[in-house]
Amino acid sequence: MSAHPMLKVEGLHAAYGKIVALRGVDVEVAKGEIVTLIGANGAGKSTLMMSICGTPRAKAGQILFDGEDITTTPTHLIMRKGIAQSPEGRRIFARMTVMENLQMGASLVDEQYFDEDLNKVFDLFPRLKERSAQRGGTLSGGEQQMLAIGRALMSRPKMLMLDEPSLGLAPLIVKQIFEAVRELNRNEGLTVFFVEQNAFHALKLAHRGYVLVNGEITMTGTGAELLKREDVRAAYLEGGAH
Amino acid sequence: MAGETESGTGQDQPVATTHPEGAQIKTEERAEAPNLVVSTGPRGLSERVKQAAIATFITAVLAFFFFPIRTSIAPGGLDITWRWSLYALALIFAFFGKLLVDAYLLSPAGPRVRAMVSGLFILGFVILYAWHPLGDILFGTGQFEELLGSILIGTVFGAILLGLVVLISRATGKIGTAATGVAAQKKADRISTFGKWALRVLFVVALMLPWIVMFLFPNRDRQLIDISILILTYVMLGWGLNIVVGLAGLLDLGYVAFYAVGAYAYALLAQYFGFGFWMALPLAGLFAAMWGIMLGFPVLRLRGDYLAIVTLAFGEIIRVVLLNWSEFTGGPDGIGRIPKPTLFGIEFNRGEGGFADIFGLDYDTIHRFIFFYYIIFVLALITHFATMRLRRLPVGRAWEALREDEIACRSLGINTTLVKLSAFSIGAMFGGFAGSFFATRQGFISPESFTFIESAIILAIVVLGGLGSQIGVVFASIVMIGGIELLRNIGFLSVVFGENFDPTQFRMLIFGLAMVLIMVWKPRGLISARQPSAVYKERKSIGADVVAQGEGH
Repeated sequence: MSAHPMLKVEGLHAAYGKIVALRGVDVEVAKGEIVTLIGANGAGKSTLMMSICGTPRAKAGQILFDGEDITTTPTHLIMRKGIAQSPEGRRIFARMTVMENLQMGASLVDEQYFDEDLNKVFDLFPRLKERSAQRGGTLSGGEQQMLAIGRALMSRPKMLMLDEPSLGLAPLIVKQIFEAVRELNRNEGLTVFFVEQNAFHALKLAHRGYVLVNGEITMTGTGAELLKREDVRAAYLEGGAH
Repeated sequence: MAGETESGTGQDQPVATTHPEGAQIKTEERAEAPNLVVSTGPRGLSERVKQAAIATFITAVLAFFFFPIRTSIAPGGLDITWRWSLYALALIFAFFGKLLVDAYLLSPAGPRVRAMVSGLFILGFVILYAWHPLGDILFGTGQFEELLGSILIGTVFGAILLGLVVLISRATGKIGTAATGVAAQKKADRISTFGKWALRVLFVVALMLPWIVMFLFPNRDRQLIDISILILTYVMLGWGLNIVVGLAGLLDLGYVAFYAVGAYAYALLAQYFGFGFWMALPLAGLFAAMWGIMLGFPVLRLRGDYLAIVTLAFGEIIRVVLLNWSEFTGGPDGIGRIPKPTLFGIEFNRGEGGFADIFGLDYDTIHRFIFFYYIIFVLALITHFATMRLRRLPVGRAWEALREDEIACRSLGINTTLVKLSAFSIGAMFGGFAGSFFATRQGFISPESFTFIESAIILAIVVLGGLGSQIGVVFASIVMIGGIELLRNIGFLSVVFGENFDPTQFRMLIFGLAMVLIMVWKPRGLISARQPSAVYKERKSIGADVVAQGEGH
């Protein structure tokens, strides 16, 4: 582990108007780690993801990325520092082709890396290669998620953030996507921070996990530890461990 | 499924004998499915009449202060004229119009109801129109034509607005599962091969057009070249607006403002500083681009409907300023004697030193027409190639990405502020070029030339052509502008429709009708295929079935 963590969130408060979403959240992601954030609907998981990217702005607290304070940096500049996000609902460019989507991901990267990165993404998700000339909106849900991750990877990130990558996908596809994330982490040492509803799969994949309840972190520990805890099982896993 | 079959056949509904039973059940299922937009209108005849009555009532309330009461300035105050007959006619139109719209569009009726409703409508129309004595008795001598005219205009504007609304809402996206696979791809390839040749032929025709016209129609060459110049001006405007609306997805209802800025920039530069056309042209583009940025800044946060309203207001502000700043712009009198362009300093005048004199030709006014044609031809081509080039550059891709999803754009580190402003300013720049060409061609400009209807026509060209499609804009311009001009040539129909028949008065009606028809048959515009700007391995055109321009997500 390096001297400073990849991402450090300290005492983060965030709100939408008067509705408070986060009440002093502390999260740390070390370099080369996979960290997950689990929690129920409306706990503030996506808000935390988005606050890190600058919308909504933090009301209080501090966000450090790679040792640098990014609490008040404009969104597009935060993304240029090496954070890539696959947003909730995937948000691919529906009327552009797969290829063009990937090209958009590489907008800020020197052109010389393009072919290399493209081949990496195609190796990771061979389906995207088959569908490279197809319009993004015509892909299946799983393929769209692959595309969203691929597009994020094209920006050569230091840290990849995924917002609910399993949303609306069949268990088999979820497995495939999680396997790809594990591979990325193992082979390239990519730091991954992701939000999940699917707590069982998330905790199995992640090195460490945080549990977010009503805008506050209530539990933290390694993935295995959290999986064993009775209260976690009761709240997030009962009937969900398939 | 089984349960629905029972409910479908269990009711006492007339079963169409011409359809197989399965189809009938399927139709009923669709009609009953709650989340499908199939039938929003009324069903039974009494329900239809009730709805029509409601529509008539609403019209009665809304139109009360517009139709029956006309105030005019009379010596010593206002004079009120009552026009009850017009009011009555409007209500009759509303009643039958609602019946018609329901029967054909909102809740398709059976053939009998349709025939009855449209028969009544046509019959009434024909009786009132053809049988003048009745119209004269009902509405007073000579009044009927005038009343009919105002109602037609009202209907047409309604149709245009409805068309715009529906087109735009379709364009901004709904879920549509598109066909994929080999068949669609093959079709796309075939179309693209055919399209390539069609485009080449079209280009050559456009290049040779003045000569073709002079050869084929020696008596009407000036008129036809003039129409071609007009069409090309709109092609250029359409391409300029296509950057903003088609590529960047920013709905701009005030594009005519930039056209006006370009025209006035040249006219004023010529008037106050004696600039020639070629010197003023780049400056006009620059001014328009600056105004594009000025409009862009305040509306950065807006999208969709809100953006449309603000741009609409912006277009009006420019026009009203031009109208009222009389000392500077000449106000409603406009600016006249705008100099014509020269060919490397050679003017197209009669006599010594003119174009004809230097090249040893007989003086003919057609030389100037041909010159104008090639100026706008080249300007339009520049617009096209600049757009095509930009589409392949990061900024062009960012425009399209912005159209698709602004949040995703920002999450990829794209500065959406810059992307929007660049789309506004570059689109405005081409509008400015076209504007200064307009000024020099007309020789006279006034704020009257830059009303909202111009914006609407340009937007209609872009949308009808297929948002984002370059060649679609060309076809739409030919149809819309050329079609309207063609109407001037069907005066022979006055034999049928009576002495006072003037086909150009119906141009707005036809304009509206064309929009509605295209909206129904080709909701994605005439040309809906999109050429991807980047490919892996080989370049393929993606057919409309796969790319579904205008629908998707």
